[in-house]
Amino acid sequence: MNEPAPKRGPRLSWLLLLLPFAAMLFVPFYNRVEPAFLGIPFFYWYQLLWIPLGALVLLPAYLGDRR
Amino acid sequence: MNPVAVTIFVALFAFVTLLGFGAARWRRGDLTHLHEWGLGGRRFGTLVTWFLLGGDLYTAYTFVAVPALMFGAGAVGFFAVPYTVLVYPILFAVFPKLWAVAHEKGYVTAADVVRGRFDSRMLALAVAVTGIVATMPYIALQLVGMEVVIAGLGIPMTMTVGGVAVPDAPLLIAFVVLAAYTYNSGLRAPAMIAVVKDALLYVTVLVAVIVIPAELGGYAKIFASVDAKSLLLTPSTPGNLGAPSAYATLALGSALALLLYPHSVTGLLSASSVKAVKRNAVILPAYSFALGLIALLGFMAVAAGVKALPEFASGFKQFGNTFAVPALFLHAFPAWFVGIAFAAIAIGALVPAAIMSIACANLFTRNIYKEFIAPNASHKAESQVAKIVSLVVKLGALFFIIELPTQYAIQLQLLGGIWIIQTLPAVFLGLYLKRLDPTALLIGWACGIGAGTWMAAQSAFKTSTYALHVFGLTVPCYAALSSLVLNLAVALALSLVLGSKRQATHSAG
Repeated sequence: MNEPAPKRGPRLSWLLLLLPFAAMLFVPFYNRVEPAFLGIPFFYWYQLLWIPLGALVLLPAYLGDRR
Repeated sequence: MNPVAVTIFVALFAFVTLLGFGAARWRRGDLTHLHEWGLGGRRFGTLVTWFLLGGDLYTAYTFVAVPALMFGAGAVGFFAVPYTVLVYPILFAVFPKLWAVAHEKGYVTAADVVRGRFDSRMLALAVAVTGIVATMPYIALQLVGMEVVIAGLGIPMTMTVGGVAVPDAPLLIAFVVLAAYTYNSGLRAPAMIAVVKDALLYVTVLVAVIVIPAELGGYAKIFASVDAKSLLLTPSTPGNLGAPSAYATLALGSALALLLYPHSVTGLLSASSVKAVKRNAVILPAYSFALGLIALLGFMAVAAGVKALPEFASGFKQFGNTFAVPALFLHAFPAWFVGIAFAAIAIGALVPAAIMSIACANLFTRNIYKEFIAPNASHKAESQVAKIVSLVVKLGALFFIIELPTQYAIQLQLLGGIWIIQTLPAVFLGLYLKRLDPTALLIGWACGIGAGTWMAAQSAFKTSTYALHVFGLTVPCYAALSSLVLNLAVALALSLVLGSKRQATHSAG
């Protein structure tokens, strides 16, 4: 447990970059109508939601290597 | 022809033309240097880079073609969303490094980076030629976007000048203007115009996604009007991964290909710092959101039933589903707003067309002219050649769109994506892997181009997906991605073989 924390931080934050790939490439998961949101089928709102989420997952890596 | 819409359209067009010429004086630099003309002096901060790349990556053609695909084919067209979601983690991982290398060594193009990294003229030439060839049809397609809105305004395409009928006159005028200010101001022109274009675009999108659904009775009604078969992808069956597989591979392959296009590289290398590049990976998705909403306009056009309206019959006859969004705007908006929305699309075609032609010019000048024709060319000669090439490239695109069926440009652009992705091992992996061998990369590149072209040819260039058969399972896959896998396998395997051979000769000698 003597591992210095900063060394692990950036690596974990880089792993986050893989999340959008998992979320977008497994298509059968989101190829469905329900649960719909305000009349918008899941297929559409789920993918639209991942646009801001995709930007958010970059933030830790961005902040992490600013030093 | 509606005088109000046309007046606003022409006025906005005239305004950006003035901006384009004035841009030469913005953050003034010596335009006789290639990095000043062709990269804006690498002086663009976070915000200008954001506008420039937004105008560059999200082209007018995309904004017309994606909703057209939704309108005609349904859910498949929405692949543009996962595609643009995947672009940014890749950009974030690769481009800060590419920018740093280019900045340190004064590189202007991706082929420069490859030349420096591998010391191989032929590999750099392959990267440069692939870039130029893949980009040309892309420029031609920008004209299609412009053509559709000009026709939508009812401006006659043939004009009589001094008793002589000139076909496609409005397109000719637009392109001569574009060519002139690109020649004059270089990358500063599209950067400045992009600010106006993006402002118009965001206004148009915001109004469209609020006003049109309200007119049509809400989003639930819009989705209900789309027939059930097009609303989702056809699910896979036990022996066939089907449409979801094509969708996922298209998204991933397109994301990788986009960042290798010369206009992406030019846009990113013109940023003033690594920080500006990284920040843009975080803030550029705002455009993806606009694109996602624009994609939905295709369904709104279905709900509005524009195809059945007699006033749009000739437009649909001439342009097919590409006319869906212009028809929707004409149907739903007052004339003055149609002028603004159409100007956003037409000006949206100018920005990427300018950047693409500059990117091609940079490649030709640096990696063909200076490398093979005139190694001792001065800075001034270099910059002059680039200016002339940018003109030639645009004339070629114009000729293409006027003289040949649009279908050719679409098919070539589809092939362009398959070709440009083959430069990935040399351009991206070269930044990280030490053991890559240039000869191996060149052979991998050739295998990828050959296999990808062959796969697209199997459908007579109608689609870019090709069904692979793996242990009795049918896997429809974007040909760019499957041919890239082959390219990578060949390049890595041969690098190991050639690399160890080279080491052996080294230690022997």
